[in-house]
Amino acid sequence: MAAIYSLFIVNKSGGLIFYKDYGSAGRMETNDSLRLASLWHSMHAISQQLSPTVGCNGIDLLQADTFDLHCFQSLTGTKFFVVCEPGAQHMEGLLKVIYELYTDYVLKNPFYEMEMPIRCELFDLNLSQAIQKDRVSLFGR
Amino acid sequence: MVSLSAFAFLFSELVQYNQTRVDNIAELERRLEDAGYAVGARVLELLCHREKGNRRETRLLGILSFVHSTVWKVLFGKVADSLEKGTEHEDEYMISEKELLVNRFISIPKDMGTFNCGAFVAGIVKVRMGYDLAVFHWLFVTSISSNWPKLNKLLFLEKGVLDGAGFPAVVTAHFVPVEGQHRPRTTILIKFAEEVLQREARLG
Repeated sequence: MAAIYSLFIVNKSGGLIFYKDYGSAGRMETNDSLRLASLWHSMHAISQQLSPTVGCNGIDLLQADTFDLHCFQSLTGTKFFVVCEPGAQHMEGLLKVIYELYTDYVLKNPFYEMEMPIRCELFDLNLSQAIQKDRVSLFGR
Repeated sequence: MVSLSAFAFLFSELVQYNQTRVDNIAELERRLEDAGYAVGARVLELLCHREKGNRRETRLLGILSFVHSTVWKVLFGKVADSLEKGTEHEDEYMISEKELLVNRFISIPKDMGTFNCGAFVAGIVKVRMGYDLAVFHWLFVTSISSNWPKLNKLLFLEKGVLDGAGFPAVVTAHFVPVEGQHRPRTTILIKFAEEVLQREARLG
């Protein structure tokens, strides 16, 4: 019973660099996930133009019947978004934690090329620990 | 005091810079070791003056514990996790660390095999081992290097620098898998040259 269904990381040009799914709902093939990532990237950009409020930074939250989508965009344009069950709490905090893990274990890794798919063992390890901790605290509430 | 992040980025750049200039992994390790060597030479001048009042280490265990405690403390803020004597060979000693500071954020890609960025630290340790003669050589070399830059490189990097008054050794960094832990432990393996052991035996 996971609160999170999947996690996407999209680079500044809209390409998918990381995709992880947790739980059977919404499991996707590689091509589908790539398509979804670039779709979201475009929507995010368009929403900035369309928004009636001044200084809009794009879509933060998308709510649907069966899922919620929380998005966090860093200052550099890298987007972290997570698809979770409706009404899941504290996703913003989780996204910030994941961003921190990204800066630590991906950006400080000399073997990682910018904008390329993430293949860092330490990132995967710490990410699953963070998700696990989040799940545990979810049940605790 | 420098922030860990700043150092991590700088070290990452150092590795990337060298990666573009080498053809294979062994050379990359060598380059990292040499970079560490340069750091070691400077740090240890400072340390010997500060900590030990210009006293010179002549015994094997003395120098090993110096590296294990004092040098590690200054560089990484803590003493190394353990210092062990090798069981297979007389001339091998190991300094182990659960996670080397330089490796903390680095994930080695699978296709690089057993490469370890700890080679940088191995270079630092290597300098300590060959300290005394290295000092004289270093001073000698830097004084003539302006005239003969090629000669400088040769003298500085060749093993010959470490022979003699110091404790010449081959120093390498290895990953040692540990059960119950995801990440392998890092071990700096120090293999002393024959003459060091002979001298130890002579000194009793």
